[in-house]
Amino acid sequence: MDLTLKVWRQNGPTDQGKMETHSVTGVSPDMSFLEMMDMLNDQIIRAGGDPVAFDHDCREGICGMCSMFINGEAHGPSRGVTTCQLHMRSFKDGDTITIEPWRAAAFPVVKDLAVDRSSFDRVIQAGGYISVNTSGETLDANAIPIPKPQADEAFNAATCIGCGACVATCKNASAMLFVAAKVSQFALLPQGQPERSKRAKRMVEQMDKEGFGNCTNTGACAVECPKGIDLSTIARMNRDYLSATVKED
Amino acid sequence: MSNSGILKSSLAKKYVMALTGLFLCLFLVGHLAGNLQLLLKSGAEGQRAFNEYAQFMTTFPLVKILSYLTYASVLFHAIDGIVLTMANRKARPVGYVNEKGSANSNWSSRNMGILGTIILVFLVSHMQNFWYQMHFGDIPNDPNGLKDLYGVVLKFFSPENSMSLFAVVGYVLAQGALAFHLSHGFASGFQSLGLRHAKYTPVIEWSGKIFSVLVPALFAIIPIYLYITQQ
Ligand code: SF4
Ligand code: FES
Repeated sequence: MDLTLKVWRQNGPTDQGKMETHSVTGVSPDMSFLEMMDMLNDQIIRAGGDPVAFDHDCREGICGMCSMFINGEAHGPSRGVTTCQLHMRSFKDGDTITIEPWRAAAFPVVKDLAVDRSSFDRVIQAGGYISVNTSGETLDANAIPIPKPQADEAFNAATCIGCGACVATCKNASAMLFVAAKVSQFALLPQGQPERSKRAKRMVEQMDKEGFGNCTNTGACAVECPKGIDLSTIARMNRDYLSATVKED
Repeated sequence: MSNSGILKSSLAKKYVMALTGLFLCLFLVGHLAGNLQLLLKSGAEGQRAFNEYAQFMTTFPLVKILSYLTYASVLFHAIDGIVLTMANRKARPVGYVNEKGSANSNWSSRNMGILGTIILVFLVSHMQNFWYQMHFGDIPNDPNGLKDLYGVVLKFFSPENSMSLFAVVGYVLAQGALAFHLSHGFASGFQSLGLRHAKYTPVIEWSGKIFSVLVPALFAIIPIYLYITQQ
C-alpha cells in the first residue's frame, strides 16, 4: 500500500506546530498503525530528519499509552480498538491519512503526537481508590459475596485503560467517561461503599480543576472508547455526585 | 472540604440545564394545549375558547407562579448554556484539522447551542408579538368582554397582513429548530440527572423522539392553517 500521511509536528509545548505531509510506500495491510509509524520514522531518520514523537508501550491494547487522532477519530475508524491494534487493512491503497494528537487544554502537547495525560493521574489521586488497612489482617476480597452481574459490571468499568480517547473525541473535551468508569468500578462493589459519595465529589472537583470541558451527553465518548465503557457509568456518577451534594463530607 | 464548591461544579450546571429544560418541556405541553384551541374551534366559539384561555393564563394565581418559573427557567437555561459553551471552548483551545463528529454523535447533540440561540431569537420576537400585546398592548375586547388575543393572532397570520408570510415561515423554521433541540435535549435531561435504567432508558429515548416531532409539528401547523384558511 502507498499512503500520504498528514502528521502534526510540534517541536515542544510552546511551539506553534503545523501539519507535515509524508509519503510512505510498500506498507503491508497486516501492519499495525504503529508499525506503519515506525516505518515512517525509519524513513525520516535515514533522510537525516527528526522522527515523529508518539506514545506507545504494550502495543497489545492494554496499557492505554497509544493515542492518535486518525482521520478525524480517536484511535481511527475501527471500533473497540486502540491505535496499536488498528491495522492498515482498515485503509485503502492511495489513502490520505491525517494524524493529530489528542486535543484538550488538560492534555498539553509534549511533542508532535505525544501529550501529557497526568491530569488523569491527579483525578485518580483525588479519590480513585479505596482505603483499606494493609496491616496483615485485611479481609480477603474473595470472602465478600458479590453477585455475578454486579461483579461483571464493576469489571467492565475497570477495563478502562485511561487512554483519553473519550476526552479527545468529545467536542467539549470532557473527561466524564473516564472519571465515571473510575467511579463506577468502586461504586458497584461493597468495598467501594464507605467512600462512595466522597469519591465522586473529589474526583469531579479535580476533573473540573484540570480544565476538562462540560459533558453535553453527545455520547461520542462511548462510541470511540476502545474498551466499550458505556454511558450508564456517567449516569451513575451523576447520581453519586447528586447524593454527595446533600450529604456531609 | 465543604459543599460550597458543588454549586459551581460542572455537574451542578448539568443538573440546572436538565431541570430547567425538562420543566420547559412541560411548559410546551401547556402552551400547545391552549394554541390547539385555534385549530379545534373556529369563529365565535374559537374566539371565546382562546380568549378565555389567554385570560386564564394571565390571571390565575397558580398559573402566575408557573409563568414566573417558566421565565426563570428560560433565563437560567440560556445563561447556563452560554457559560457551558464558553467553558467548553476553553477546554479545547487548539482544534482538530480533521474532525469527524458525524461518525460518533448526532448532529443535534453537537449543535444544541446554535439551535438554542435560534429558539431564543424566536422567543424574543414571539413574546413581543403576543405576550407583550396581551400584557401591555392595547387590545380591543371581544363580545364577551375579554381581551381579544384571538383577533390579534388571526390578523398576525392573515395573508392581508403584508408580513404574515414571513411570520409563518419564521414560525415554522423556529419549530424545526425546536424539534432538533428536543430530539437531543429530552432524553439528555434524564441522563444528566442520573436517571438511566436498562429497561426505562429506551422508553425515555423513544418518548423524547416522539415528543420532539409531535409537539413542534402541532405548533407549526397552527400558523399555516390560519394563513391558508384566511385566504
Ligand atoms: S473511558 Fe474509554 S476512552 Fe476514556 S480513557 Fe477509559 S478506555 Fe480510554
Ligand atoms: S500501546 Fe498499549 S494500548 Fe496501545
